[in-house]
Amino acid sequence: MKFSHESIEINAGLLIVLTLVAISIGGLVEIVPLFYIPGTVEKVDGVRSYTPLEQAGRDIYTREGCYLCHSQMIRPFRDEKLRFGHYSLAAESQYDHPFQWGSKRTGPDLARVGGKYSNAWHVQHLKAPRSVVPESIMPNYPWLLENSLNYSDIADRMRALKKVGVPYSETAEEYQANVKKFGQELADRFNINLADESLLAQAESGNFDGDRSRLTEMDALIAYLQVLGTMVDFSQYDEGYFAEFR
Amino acid sequence: MAHASRIAAEQYNYDIVKKFAIMALVWGVFGMSVGTWIASELAFPILNFDIPQITFGRFRPVHTTSVIFGFGGNALFATSYYVVQRTCQARLYGDLLPKFTFWGWQLALLIGVVGYMNGITQAREYAEFEWPVDLLIAVVWVAYAFIFVQTLRRRSQPHIYVANWFYMAFILATALLHIFNNLAVPVNLFSMKSYSLFSGVQDAMTQWWYGHNAVGFFLTAAFLGMMYYFVPKQAGRPIYSYRLSIVHFWALSFMYMWVGAHHLHWTALPDWTSSLAATFSIMLLMPSWGGMINGIMTLSGAWDKLRSDPIMLFLIASLSFYGMSTFEGPLMSLKSVNALSHYTDWTVGHVHSGALGWVAMVSFGSLYHMIPRLYDTRLWSQRLVYVHFWLATIGIVLYITSMWVSGIGQGLMLRAFDDFGNLAYTFIETVTFMHWPLAARALGGVFFVSGILVMVFNIAMTIRTAHQEQAAIDAKIAAKLARANA
Repeated sequence: MKFSHESIEINAGLLIVLTLVAISIGGLVEIVPLFYIPGTVEKVDGVRSYTPLEQAGRDIYTREGCYLCHSQMIRPFRDEKLRFGHYSLAAESQYDHPFQWGSKRTGPDLARVGGKYSNAWHVQHLKAPRSVVPESIMPNYPWLLENSLNYSDIADRMRALKKVGVPYSETAEEYQANVKKFGQELADRFNINLADESLLAQAESGNFDGDRSRLTEMDALIAYLQVLGTMVDFSQYDEGYFAEFR
Repeated sequence: MAHASRIAAEQYNYDIVKKFAIMALVWGVFGMSVGTWIASELAFPILNFDIPQITFGRFRPVHTTSVIFGFGGNALFATSYYVVQRTCQARLYGDLLPKFTFWGWQLALLIGVVGYMNGITQAREYAEFEWPVDLLIAVVWVAYAFIFVQTLRRRSQPHIYVANWFYMAFILATALLHIFNNLAVPVNLFSMKSYSLFSGVQDAMTQWWYGHNAVGFFLTAAFLGMMYYFVPKQAGRPIYSYRLSIVHFWALSFMYMWVGAHHLHWTALPDWTSSLAATFSIMLLMPSWGGMINGIMTLSGAWDKLRSDPIMLFLIASLSFYGMSTFEGPLMSLKSVNALSHYTDWTVGHVHSGALGWVAMVSFGSLYHMIPRLYDTRLWSQRLVYVHFWLATIGIVLYITSMWVSGIGQGLMLRAFDDFGNLAYTFIETVTFMHWPLAARALGGVFFVSGILVMVFNIAMTIRTAHQEQAAIDAKIAAKLARANA
């Protein structure tokens, strides 16, 4: 039997089925293996989920659309290493729902901004960027200091994140597993039953916005920024180790 | 004439097409104005005015959503409902269901846009809608697919015209992309907040599989459907090569889905995935240019129309920009070029040479062709179409060239070293350098918005004239009937 394209042109059902086949293959080949090929996410110590306060800060980061001007993905180039630090690993964003690698650098990359500046610098810079960097084109974010942090649903947020695979604990068993994996102090932070206490305790001890009398959105956002890129101790690994995964 | 239009109104459902066409212009004016505003914010940050709702980060998704899904989406609903009826010579399926797709789509856009301004977002580019809106869109989309297929099945001739293949592929692919990229778990049933099912590298791959195919199917395949109907119609000539359109269709549908990972070159995505994407991106040049040639060569033997017909000018210019941006795209997908271009304004310029040059220009041309026919009249002013064309073209050229300067300039500065091997520039020095290109880009936006405002005025006058003509004819008929009855 000789095939003729006309048989597709006169049959809507066949056109639909063949189109579906044509458009499905690319995605299947490129996405599905990423879940199964070992080494897609590097084996590395130190990467952990975010504490309730850091996660609350991350939610503010996404709310304000920071990802539209700041990437969180350092590429393996000489200039990026000098400017931003070691290139980013897939492992470092394994608990990021959603990922925030970004696509545009109107401002600098933030993947390793943690620890680079003081809390006080961040407060001043977020409130009025041009007061510390005169040429900056970043908007002012004065409301971060004015708005109290709303953490009424932080336990629900952690529960949702747990459903998608972030290792927060609810049962005693899950808690024990976290103690083994992350140590007692962090396991307490990842305990959903103690979410509020943990969040308040970290804000109190960190004093991120410089004012202990109030818990603001600024506290949470800076807690998040200060942890970015600090989880992996690169001095433990020689450069060749990570190259094997690429 | 009145008689003919009434018969047409019964044969075809033009009412729904009119609604979508007008909303395309409304969202177009809104979305492009917001775009010009945020472009100005980058050149002059004082324009953020410390108002949370209009800061760049919250306003930018308002721009992208309004132009892609508002202007583009409504133009696609309008033209697909028009083309499928005309080429199948059958009335659109259903009556309430098409109305539901109209109101559902506008509602989704409105909730989405108001939400972004108030910080409700999934923080995924071009998929910022939160989960309740995603569900609404999914329902609207299923209804749309059902209407389209049912109308195809009513066709009064055996063949399905090529424009409908492209619209069909667009509907199917968009459904697939929308569903898989928006898999998320809500915080609770009464919360607008959700977290994506995937994380990190898998999430990135899924998002850019979606992101690039929003370009490939929403902004390309569907508008090629437009091209395959409106270019031959306006030229009064058959499509250049039927065989080429078959190759074009299958090659484009198959290859586009592989290229998303070129947005993730040099990232923590494994090399095999991004290399595969780069390979397919380069191959994609062939079907893209095949389609462009097919469209432009349709004019062979009727090139004089470029001198006399401003609508043809829009359509052919759009295909030229399509050819240019589908050449630039594969170039930028080369890893060595991407190392410089990625994260810079070059990408933004590239997107806009496609979005303004191709998508918006082909939509303008098609709407100028279609709207007078819907109202059974002629365009109010041909001269204003020329004015629109030149305003739009100047706007695009300003936009693209300033983004080349800004993007390539920043890329070069960031990788420059001094004689001692230190970085030659700080990051903030590149920001200072980009000030004037960013200001020029905003000016390009002003030109483009002025163009669409001229169009809105011209279309409004066209519709007004149509109503006046109709009223005059109705009065004449009434007078005649009265005399006959006397």
